[in-house]
Amino acid sequence: MKRRHASLTLALLMVALPLAGCGGGEPEGISPQRMADALHAVMEADRTVYTRNVVNRLQNEEDVIQATEHWKDEKTLPLPAQMFRMGSELAARNTDEFTYSLQSLWPINKQNEPRTDAEKEGLQYVTENPDENYYAEEELGGTTYFTAVYADQAVAEACVSCHNDHKDSPRTDFELGDVMGGVVIRIPRS
Amino acid sequence: MRLRNTAGWLAWIAVLCALSAALAYQMLAAEDRSLFLPGETTSGHHQIELACDACHVDAFGGGEVMQDACVDCHGDELERADDSHPRSKFTDPRNADRLARLDARWCVTCHVEHQPERTREMAVTVPADVCFHCHEDIAEDRPSHEGMGFETCASAGCHNFHDNRALYEDFLLAHAGDETPTRRLNPHRTPEKTAEGHAPALLPADADAGGVRADPAILDAWASTAHAGAGVNCTDCHGQGARWTDEPELEACSDCHEGETEGFLKGKHGMRLDAGLSPMTPARARLTMKSEAAGRSLDCASCHGAHEFDTRRAAVDGCLGCHDDQHSRAFKGSPHHELWVAEQAGRAPENSGVTCATCHMPRQVHRRGGEALTRVQHNQNANLRPNEKMIRPVCMSCHTLAFSIDALADPELIRNNFSAEPARHVRSIEMAVAREEDATRPTQGNDPRQGEQQR
Repeated sequence: MKRRHASLTLALLMVALPLAGCGGGEPEGISPQRMADALHAVMEADRTVYTRNVVNRLQNEEDVIQATEHWKDEKTLPLPAQMFRMGSELAARNTDEFTYSLQSLWPINKQNEPRTDAEKEGLQYVTENPDENYYAEEELGGTTYFTAVYADQAVAEACVSCHNDHKDSPRTDFELGDVMGGVVIRIPRS
Repeated sequence: MRLRNTAGWLAWIAVLCALSAALAYQMLAAEDRSLFLPGETTSGHHQIELACDACHVDAFGGGEVMQDACVDCHGDELERADDSHPRSKFTDPRNADRLARLDARWCVTCHVEHQPERTREMAVTVPADVCFHCHEDIAEDRPSHEGMGFETCASAGCHNFHDNRALYEDFLLAHAGDETPTRRLNPHRTPEKTAEGHAPALLPADADAGGVRADPAILDAWASTAHAGAGVNCTDCHGQGARWTDEPELEACSDCHEGETEGFLKGKHGMRLDAGLSPMTPARARLTMKSEAAGRSLDCASCHGAHEFDTRRAAVDGCLGCHDDQHSRAFKGSPHHELWVAEQAGRAPENSGVTCATCHMPRQVHRRGGEALTRVQHNQNANLRPNEKMIRPVCMSCHTLAFSIDALADPELIRNNFSAEPARHVRSIEMAVAREEDATRPTQGNDPRQGEQQR
């Protein structure tokens, strides 16, 4: 059931994507794993850019504006994790082709700890093997899903300080580069 | 014999056709469709219960169709409330086991209409301890919650399923030490746009009532209003020439007062008009109303008057002219009313009084393109249910958060229109402070984990 794979090969995907809709016979389609890897590449890039170039720069380096949990009330920036989840919720409104979430073995919000067996095993695996991804199939609510889990590492001081200082954080010894959680992507197969 | 059988069949078919036609007329053309009501509707929907297609927008649709109808009316409000449990939180497949117990993706899972025997406050039709399904282990993270019944989560003044803007933990902490604030005056309303092309101010002699013989008293009343001051003449509302009407429709008002009309149509006063039904009348209300007002049709002029458009009258007498429940009757003996009387008598600053409208139709500041506009919220329900919605936009203008939470959790105090101190005390602020102190105490570390964060 479980397949482990080194990180994605985006170049292959860039070739496969245009071919999928072109003439010249039946499109080969994209494997769920390749699709999940590609989605994650975009998510990880956006997430890193927001964390480093917006939050970390404005909050930790230039002291211009804070990023806080209650950003609407406090007229601040959304936290990187909130930014990610808001995108996830908006995407879920627009498509049922895939879902994604941000989870952790040490979540600030307990609702974001792994719940399914694949999530638990996947989070553990990427925590122990940050350079690898975790792939599995699981059945949830009568539907079979391809589930991929990717390590989510502390890319900026803002990640570390926020989690270490938060009163609800169950772990307070994070360092830059540590795996703090994982991105879980699901693609329905049936 | 055969002829008799044929005649019998024909008669039977004729009866069936007549019955079908009668039912079809009732369903499709008549306003009174009560014959088809499967059960009493909730107080939120009873006014429009005979506009079946307000909710059942498509006879052949499934759950999605009904959901769209719910969101169409309530979606914006939930968005503004920063809904703590939006549908998007439940659509991830990881929640499949939870959805098997409680499918929170659909409004109608918790709010089933036409089920009076199991409908509780806020039109909720699931048991009061429904929070248990997802938060059963809350006491592990919040030891202070140990032993609390799950049926008290949303009924004790601590949490709401959708709207926790005044109740979330960090907000409680931010206002834990608040002293009673200096009373904030109601903001002045932003004037509506002036009528283009008209003189800036009009006098009775300027009235363009055309062939209509206008009552001088009406002209004087009009001339004293902001309408005349802004150049809004008779025909701007009543129409010109052959299109003149003695009783202008809602559109005459909404041309300039678009936001107010939108709120009116969403609230209890205008929702029947919005559903294409006849105007609401006090006789149709479930709240106690004055018998002499029973037949009044509700439109803008019902509260504002036809030509005076006196917002001061509308803010109190406009309400008390119809409403006759205990809370309404107690207003004139309340401290809030005393403030209003003092303002009217010139003993207190302008906009310092507290009227029915101050709380139920508050003036709200909106930002549009960097410009701040103050408008009156004409949807009287917008901050009414659950009543904690009133805390931030209204109560905290004059009272502390702690007092406001306690006051709104005391049904008797609400009935007597806040004429005494709250008899109930909600401990949520103390609990939040105690947890904060535990978390910051050096020897305690970061033990407790989260429960009620929004994200």
